[in-house]
Amino acid sequence: MREQFGATVTELLEHDPRTALVLADIGTAQFPDAARDHPDRVVNVGIREQLLIGVAGGLALTGMRPIAHTFASFLVERPFEQVKLDLVHQGVGAVLVSAAGSYDWPAGGRTHMSPGDVALLDTLPGWHVHVPGHPAEADLLLRHAVAAADTLQYVRLSAHQNAERQPVVPGRFLTVRQGSRLAGVVLAVGPMLDAVLEATETLDVTVLYAATVRPFDTVGLRAALGDRADVVLVEPYLAGTSERAAHRALEGRPHRVLGLGVPVAEHRHYGSISEHLAAYGLDAAGLHAAIASYLW
Amino acid sequence: MTNHSAAHAATAPTRAPAGPGPRRTVTDRAGLLDLVALMTGDEKHSPAAHSTLDALWVLYDRVLDVHPGNVDAPERDRFLLSKGHGPMAYYAVLAAKGFFPVELLHGFGAYDSPLGHHPDRLLVPGAEIGSGSLGHGLPLAVGTALGLRAQGLTGPAVWVLIGDAEFDEGSNHEAVAFAGAYGLDRLHTLVIDNSSATHGWSGGIAARFAGEGWSTATVDGRDHEQLYRAFTAPHPGRPHVVVARTEPKYS
Repeated sequence: MREQFGATVTELLEHDPRTALVLADIGTAQFPDAARDHPDRVVNVGIREQLLIGVAGGLALTGMRPIAHTFASFLVERPFEQVKLDLVHQGVGAVLVSAAGSYDWPAGGRTHMSPGDVALLDTLPGWHVHVPGHPAEADLLLRHAVAAADTLQYVRLSAHQNAERQPVVPGRFLTVRQGSRLAGVVLAVGPMLDAVLEATETLDVTVLYAATVRPFDTVGLRAALGDRADVVLVEPYLAGTSERAAHRALEGRPHRVLGLGVPVAEHRHYGSISEHLAAYGLDAAGLHAAIASYLW
Repeated sequence: MTNHSAAHAATAPTRAPAGPGPRRTVTDRAGLLDLVALMTGDEKHSPAAHSTLDALWVLYDRVLDVHPGNVDAPERDRFLLSKGHGPMAYYAVLAAKGFFPVELLHGFGAYDSPLGHHPDRLLVPGAEIGSGSLGHGLPLAVGTALGLRAQGLTGPAVWVLIGDAEFDEGSNHEAVAFAGAYGLDRLHTLVIDNSSATHGWSGGIAARFAGEGWSTATVDGRDHEQLYRAFTAPHPGRPHVVVARTEPKYS
């Protein structure tokens, strides 16, 4: 997905003189041509993440459409007050594009894990949050995010991805598998889809797919419900991040919500993405056990 | 920006009406102090408010090309008040220059007033940024200077006012080092130095900027001619800092 990010944003920089890319050393290798062709609109501030967001805010104040990129830990967590004040409070828009997310580099350990990024953005008004599950979806969602002038957009790129692209529409949940009227609903977010499909192969459930989680597609979720409103959320970041949004979406109906995702406790192991997913109960076997016991 | 700003404004006090309202001519320091005196209720910060008064007046009166007639023009000069604490002098200067009616000063800090104890750019005509939390203005100014340059707007100057205690915040140092290395020559920092930083700045604040390649001037922050000369000194290829020293805050 990071390669796709390089290709897509290089093209956007080429065609839209309002766009500007701000980097903090990470990701510069994806943009050799753009940096050469548009030196005033591709700015690497060095390893300075407070400045990364401050510069994005300043660019937006002059009418530019800034795209700021680094690992999620350093894009959302480290300069969180800059996100709050230099973007949201100033009333300007920006596109933040993160990589590495929750567990992309397990050997890198806790310092490079940011499972709380989406939950943090939930404490601020106005953010649109996209979690593509495939490079082609990343391409579509990046273009959508940049084009949505002066809004606040977060695109969470991951090395973890699904085998196939889904025909996503920004902001809408997609029905990937239709269960019976008695079925519960499993909402798979971004890269969690393949494991969810495998986990639920033998279960009567409706599977929804979300590549955009904020705003939360209330209409899409409610439309997927049958006779019961039992919902399992499977998110590639902090478990339960979207529980509140789901409860709000299901208001007025007796309902149950189970939030699966990355546990809040530190997991002091290195290794691989698949080992971490298994440890978190987010591989097909773990998801099957959790979903089957909750919905039956 | 329009839609987003509108969404914010919907839940906040109404933006102040732009324009001068009933005319009040302010031509000197005493007139400005009269305007400052219209604001009450921010006693804690009053020394800070006064430390910025002279430098702000010289900037708005003689240096900046920004006035009520060009507040939305891309070519205007930008002044960013980073040290949002003690904004009475700033509000007094904006009112004196006609950005909003002088009468608004009476409501300073009140529930429905657009003038808070820290400025909000969505509420105060002429305020380029909302500030209050320290260390945000200089990075925003760097981005503003980059944005103007990327659009071919090489004329406008970008000014940001910080305090010597505010300079403790590490975000400033990220911006100072980058702007110097980048040769961001339309960027100007005004440091109001009233010796309020808890651990001081051994060797002076200007040295921190000079070390990163900035053009520097350190002047008496009460002397209007010294301030004017420092503000207008040429600095080709380099950003410029003016350290305006005033009487110590805690003396």
